[in-house]
Amino acid sequence: MTQNKTLLNPDKWIDSYADYLFNYAVARVNNSDLAKDLVQETFFAGLKSAKNFQGKSTERTWLISILKRKVIDHYRKINSKKGQAEVRMNFYTDGENEGNWLEERVPQSWDNASEKNIENEELRSQIEICIDNLPEKYAMVFRMKTIQEFETEEICKELDITSSNLWVIIHRARTQLRKCMEDNWFNN
Amino acid sequence: MFKKLKITCDEATTICDKNQYGEATLLEKIKLNIHFIRCKICFKYTKQNMTLTKIYKGHAKSCKELKHCLSDTDKEVLKEKLNSFKV
Repeated sequence: MTQNKTLLNPDKWIDSYADYLFNYAVARVNNSDLAKDLVQETFFAGLKSAKNFQGKSTERTWLISILKRKVIDHYRKINSKKGQAEVRMNFYTDGENEGNWLEERVPQSWDNASEKNIENEELRSQIEICIDNLPEKYAMVFRMKTIQEFETEEICKELDITSSNLWVIIHRARTQLRKCMEDNWFNN
Repeated sequence: MFKKLKITCDEATTICDKNQYGEATLLEKIKLNIHFIRCKICFKYTKQNMTLTKIYKGHAKSCKELKHCLSDTDKEVLKEKLNSFKV
């Protein structure tokens, strides 16, 4: 049996993989400074644990697996952040009205939806503003699912959450976004 | 049996959101449609949700066309940092 063991070549890491890792990170954290930090940490962690590299995978796969752990660490950090802006409730959470729409959050009619429904820069920037208004964790999951269009299973695996957990986050993100778009775009 | 099919607005809109990605189950879709019979608000939410899904998709398309790269300066800085780390 021939064994083609991959060897690490850290001198070439940046030229060969920095953009790939950076792109991977931006797709998940949507912040280029943070993504840059994650990539840097990935290379450092790679150097530190280079002796553990068994050569069974390619260098790139190995570096991505380190970056994946950095992304999950980041998610856990924003998930546990104390005093983070909690998403606004849209439904009664207890009493006989539990699960019903809160009066002030009931969807209003969008009279001019058709004329407002034209894709342009202005619309795109309003969407971005509304997503950025969400608590970080909601924005991250919403972006991964809706903007990057990742499979549910992939997101659950990458962030170590259950699918019902994911749908609750998506639901809260979307109801909050709907309200933001209603106030600032459709009925503005 | 019918009681099991009864859901709240919170649950109905959760299913509706899931359905925007084509991932609601058949039973969930049945529950949602039964809910629509007595709830015009959630019906409106669903219609608006479809509009939003369309615009999010348009946004996603333009976002995904962007390729993110590190600048040469960023790479040089990173190289220096890595080199000093190795020593």
